[in-house]
Amino acid sequence: MTNREIIERIDRSIAEEFEIDPEEMTPEKTLFQDLGMDSLDIVDLVILLETAFGFKIREEEGIRKIRTLGDIHAFVIQKKNELESIPR
Amino acid sequence: MPMKRVVITGMGALSPFGRGVDTLMNGLLQGESAVGILPELADIRGIRTRVAALVPGVDPGEIPRKYRRSMSAMSVFAALAAGDAITQAGLSGEQVRGGRLGVSIGSTIGSPRTTQAFFDDFRTDNSVERMKSGVFFHIMNHSCAANVSHMFGITGRTVAPAAACSTGALAVGYGAEMISMGKQEFMLCGGADEFHPLTAATFDIMNAASTRFNESPERTPRPFDRDRDGVVCAEGSGILLLESLDSALRRDAEILAEIVGFASTSDPDSIANPNAANIAHCMRQALLDAGIGAAGVDYVNAHATGTELGDIAESEAIHSVFGDQVPTSSLKGNIGHAMAASGALELAASVEMLRREILLPTHNLDHVDPLCASVLHVREVIRRRVDTVMKNNFALGGVNSSLILRRFRK
Repeated sequence: MTNREIIERIDRSIAEEFEIDPEEMTPEKTLFQDLGMDSLDIVDLVILLETAFGFKIREEEGIRKIRTLGDIHAFVIQKKNELESIPR
Repeated sequence: MPMKRVVITGMGALSPFGRGVDTLMNGLLQGESAVGILPELADIRGIRTRVAALVPGVDPGEIPRKYRRSMSAMSVFAALAAGDAITQAGLSGEQVRGGRLGVSIGSTIGSPRTTQAFFDDFRTDNSVERMKSGVFFHIMNHSCAANVSHMFGITGRTVAPAAACSTGALAVGYGAEMISMGKQEFMLCGGADEFHPLTAATFDIMNAASTRFNESPERTPRPFDRDRDGVVCAEGSGILLLESLDSALRRDAEILAEIVGFASTSDPDSIANPNAANIAHCMRQALLDAGIGAAGVDYVNAHATGTELGDIAESEAIHSVFGDQVPTSSLKGNIGHAMAASGALELAASVEMLRREILLPTHNLDHVDPLCASVLHVREVIRRRVDTVMKNNFALGGVNSSLILRRFRK
């Protein structure tokens, strides 16, 4: 999966789950202020990403630093790269 | 303690006929049935009833996701009905949010659909890793009440009385008492429930669900009829906006009816079976509360669900209190038994009977059971101006309730 494909899947999943206009889904948008999400939504966001990408991230420190949609893109891409670099 | 008079100034209904009190009344006046065949029941082993009365045409999408995410179907019903009640009453934003409005809305249990969905997923691998944040808010016992308060920004009391089939009437009665005592100026009161096979099964295993009309759903339930064979489960929500008379007069609101009496009594004889003497006691307590005698009641809107035992017990009780000259009918022949919503939906229809000067008949009452024949049954729409109505509801668990409505006069 390319980075572009990852970003598209993240944006599509979030727009559907949280009923956000796809036009609003630009990387600089903050989750709380711009996209209107709150702490309950973040709980569901984690489940959404875990289900979409097949990893576990609830305990990751990096999640707490996420502020924008772009932060989610970077976090997921990094997490996917980490997992794919681990020898199976 | 100041005791204030309490009036109804707004009503909302999500009934098996659809949205709105007018829609409910049109279905009742036309003598229609909202009962249909529910094919999914055929896939459940052991359940014999195949009929139910579901609410058609609801669009949860009209509720913003911020509020909808914590709502199951029953809270959606309650929120839409509450909004309609507020609109009819014409309350301002300050009146809604300023602390003088409270909420008294109950359901039989928290959402059975969400509870099932959670355990279906949980049991696949004993995991809560996929549990979404909204689950608790769907299944908590005060889900409907809390969601209504949240959606409309209500900052007064939020209470959620629960007593199965008596819930709606209790919620109205307790809300009226809060206003009467001066604790709140306005109360949104009523009940809501969503259909789930668990509800139908509850009656079916006790041989109290209708099973003989699975191919002709419009012929059941049959309150007071000799061929009745049990309850038809329904869903929906009825919400009434109660208000102190002082407030309603001050803001020149249209007063739909006054609540003049309320009683709730417990029946310790049986957790499930009705007792005529205890039901009669509840009705007499309501008369005492209203300060009127039996002769002061012009019409009884019965609980009568179409069960063998319940309809007989209620008939005997009504006869023992009122004799055989007070017109009596049940609306469940049209809309089934909407459980926690039933009392408030039937109360809304009773208010409309007062306003429209009509009495609605019991649908499907073709041959009165001789054991239910001691009361005066309404068999067709009667044009009659009545002033005072008693509304009964009785619940599994032995919780009886009777409300008395009166045409408003100063």
